[in-house]
Amino acid sequence: MVSLTINGKTQQFDVPDDMPLLWLIRDFAHLTGTKFGCGMAQCGACTVHLDGSPLRACVTPVSAVAGKSITTIEGLSADASHPVQQAWAELDVVQCGYCQSGQIMSAVALLKAKPDPSDADIDAAMSGNICRCGTYQRVRAAVHRAAELSKA
Amino acid sequence: MSRKHESAGGHVSGRAVYTDEQHPPAGLLSLWPVQAPHAHARILSVDATAALAMPGVVRVLTAHDIPGENDTGPILHDEPLIAGERVQFYGQPVAWVVAADEAQARAAANLVKVNYEALPALLTLEQAIAAQSFHLPPAQVSRGDALTALELAPRRVCGEVSIGGQDHFYLETQASWVQIDAEGLVQIVASTQHPTETQIIVARVLGIAANRVVCRCLRMGGGFGGKETQANPFAAIAALAAWHTQQPVRIKLSRQLDMQLTGKRHPFLARYEVGFDSNGLLQALSVKIYADGGWSADLSPPVLMRAMVHIDNAYFCPNVHIVGLIGKTHLASNTAFRGFGGPQGMLVGEEILARIAAELNLPADEVRERNFYRTDGDGSCNFTPYGQPVVDNHLAELWQQLKASSEFDARRQAVARHNAAHAHSKRGIAITPVKFGISFNKTEYNQAGALVHIYTDGSIQLNHGGTEMGQGLHTKMLAVASRVLGVDVARIRVMATSTDKVPNTSATAASSGSDLNGQAVKAACETLLARLRPVAASMLGGAAEQVCFTDDAVFLHGGGRRLAFGDVVHAAYNARISLSATGYYRTPGLSWDPKQGRGHPFYYYAYGAAVAEVEVCGFSGVHQLRRVDLLHDVGESLAEDIDRGQVEGGFVQGLGWLTCEELRWNAAGRLLTDAPSTYKIPTLGEVPRDFRVALFRRSQEPSTDVIFGSKGVGEPPLMLALSVREALREAVAAFAAANVAVQLASPATPEAIFQAIEQARQSAVQPAAAALDLAD
Repeated sequence: MVSLTINGKTQQFDVPDDMPLLWLIRDFAHLTGTKFGCGMAQCGACTVHLDGSPLRACVTPVSAVAGKSITTIEGLSADASHPVQQAWAELDVVQCGYCQSGQIMSAVALLKAKPDPSDADIDAAMSGNICRCGTYQRVRAAVHRAAELSKA
Repeated sequence: MSRKHESAGGHVSGRAVYTDEQHPPAGLLSLWPVQAPHAHARILSVDATAALAMPGVVRVLTAHDIPGENDTGPILHDEPLIAGERVQFYGQPVAWVVAADEAQARAAANLVKVNYEALPALLTLEQAIAAQSFHLPPAQVSRGDALTALELAPRRVCGEVSIGGQDHFYLETQASWVQIDAEGLVQIVASTQHPTETQIIVARVLGIAANRVVCRCLRMGGGFGGKETQANPFAAIAALAAWHTQQPVRIKLSRQLDMQLTGKRHPFLARYEVGFDSNGLLQALSVKIYADGGWSADLSPPVLMRAMVHIDNAYFCPNVHIVGLIGKTHLASNTAFRGFGGPQGMLVGEEILARIAAELNLPADEVRERNFYRTDGDGSCNFTPYGQPVVDNHLAELWQQLKASSEFDARRQAVARHNAAHAHSKRGIAITPVKFGISFNKTEYNQAGALVHIYTDGSIQLNHGGTEMGQGLHTKMLAVASRVLGVDVARIRVMATSTDKVPNTSATAASSGSDLNGQAVKAACETLLARLRPVAASMLGGAAEQVCFTDDAVFLHGGGRRLAFGDVVHAAYNARISLSATGYYRTPGLSWDPKQGRGHPFYYYAYGAAVAEVEVCGFSGVHQLRRVDLLHDVGESLAEDIDRGQVEGGFVQGLGWLTCEELRWNAAGRLLTDAPSTYKIPTLGEVPRDFRVALFRRSQEPSTDVIFGSKGVGEPPLMLALSVREALREAVAAFAAANVAVQLASPATPEAIFQAIEQARQSAVQPAAAALDLAD
């Protein structure tokens, strides 16, 4: 039995200790916004926040985060009103959408650490999030836009 | 028109539903394959006793369990769903374990005992050619007398180019959920670009009529061609498992399984001989081109043909002889991938043009421009080798616009100055054109249907035959319906693609999704308007032809009283007028004779051009993409943001294919690059910060009638990335002491670029081209 706070809600889960956090989030907490892309922390589709910092859920055993606080894409806002979500919608970043929860979670973490990031900061923070549709130029622009929206 | 993606809200909040995001039904089972550890082998026995005893295991499926035909081939019936007698590629499934969850299925799959007799395998295209192992007889495209014209040409060179494949790497791996409902119907939800084909193949495998199978596609997390045919086997195995267990079954491949089991963009090999004059004008071209089809034919025949009819790209050559063959190897079966052979064909064409420029020591952009298809004179230089005119040829105008806007000439001088001042860092700049034929080569695929319902509250459901994979098709279809009906987009809901709503659909492919389905949606909406108009006319006291449907209101031309759309709909219902209509479309004027390689296969062409500037490090071969300028022709865009996104993303995907994505296999035929740790696709850092994208504004009205003057945009921009390959060639050439013809492998990885630099440095003088036997 593992106790975990997800999006502010503390729950007990009857799962093996070595289960990847991603499986718990998708199959037991039924939050499917976080995606499986590769299973080896190389694509970023499963990015969530552990106490505010980005974490690859697919390679994190639940035992490593027991008792801690996890935020998923569903926990960012109730109505897609987080500045990063707003910027993403405004710039029409998304194509197929599958990687975008991870992109958004990485961008939120970046902006928390660096409220006004340079292009180089964005490249460094976001290069671990693969997008096969190639939306990268808009990802870069949307992070800048979200930085503006956050200040407003 | 400017339209935001219809799923944007769902996507940014994580609520957009893909196949594996549905609410799981009770008793949902999972699958895992038993994979053969040989590329080619005879299967002697399969013993599942130990696996069946494992916890959670419900069933182990082998070829004997297939009630219908053990085949998922889309063209030829050469593709067993489960290998029964013979293994034909490394990792091919010889059995599938069905269990309560995926981990249990996987654990049990290890315990299925299979005895094999290993057989010799063909693991490269070269080996297949040497063994004369081909899928079908040669295909041919020709015009004039290429062999005689080669003899007579003032200059003549031979060459060879080998082109690597590309994994689709859609972020959502292959996925299907199947349930046999209480009526015995097979209900499939699949991540498929071709729900109709998925339906037909599942029916074939189960040995039942197609009317007992329904296939729906909610949306895909990327397709890129990889889910055109290759979604079918996974839907079929889930359906087979559901059929036998009578429980719902899901399959969602792991990344490694997906990369091992599914085919890729075809690797190609081309051997060419080209004749030209001292100005670089093409006189004759003979090409023998080979595609690596893998173990089954899949879509290789049309992929090969599209390659053959895109070698010309933007260039006129009077005498052409192209012969194509599909190598049959013991590797995963290669398939559709954005461009569908077009990129490989165009790479060969651009290689040849670059070679001519090097031979004559002329600027490559000049040689390219001189050879463009052109409409002057008797117009004969505007015809392709397969006999079709280059419809609405904007090449020269677009080219000149991009050259000016990118400041090509001034930047070329700046590149030369940099190169003169730096011994170990060289820059290159190149401009390349794109001319890409729009329509399926296979004429019968160029049809589409739609089904539109208006409900009595004025809300609308829109069904069409296309699938949404991120290309924004649903958004564009909303735009079409909203424009024709004159209603707000918010009134309309696009339904998941389903074979029980719109039957007998074509794959969403060939950049034609919005052309075909858009016209079908338009036709359905026009039928509805024709029925609503008399109703509104009697309400407004005017004539039917005076009625306008605009801005969500209904009124007589010239103004006056305005009716709410919903009130007109309700009145129509009361008057017993049908509020549901189908629409149908077939592209006019198409013909194609695949045996002769002649006809008018494309309704029109999409045009574009790109300028890329690179800097290459002489010590490592690593390059940096300094700036990219793209100018692409989308006609009157149905959704500009979406079209620009297709141009940007297509370019990035092409960049990956040409520079960093390299597939490797070991000596046993096992794919080594089956994960993002070993297979490198472009990331944000590879995309230039100076990335300028513009949409071409044509100066002449089109001669075709594409939906609201738009143009297909899915595939053509991928080939804009050929500019990067040609810029790299220029940079590599700058390392040599004198003019050289650079041999550059594809993909041009840092390793390949470094080798090309070494070769260029050593060949101060252009070596005589080795004579190649084009007859083999």
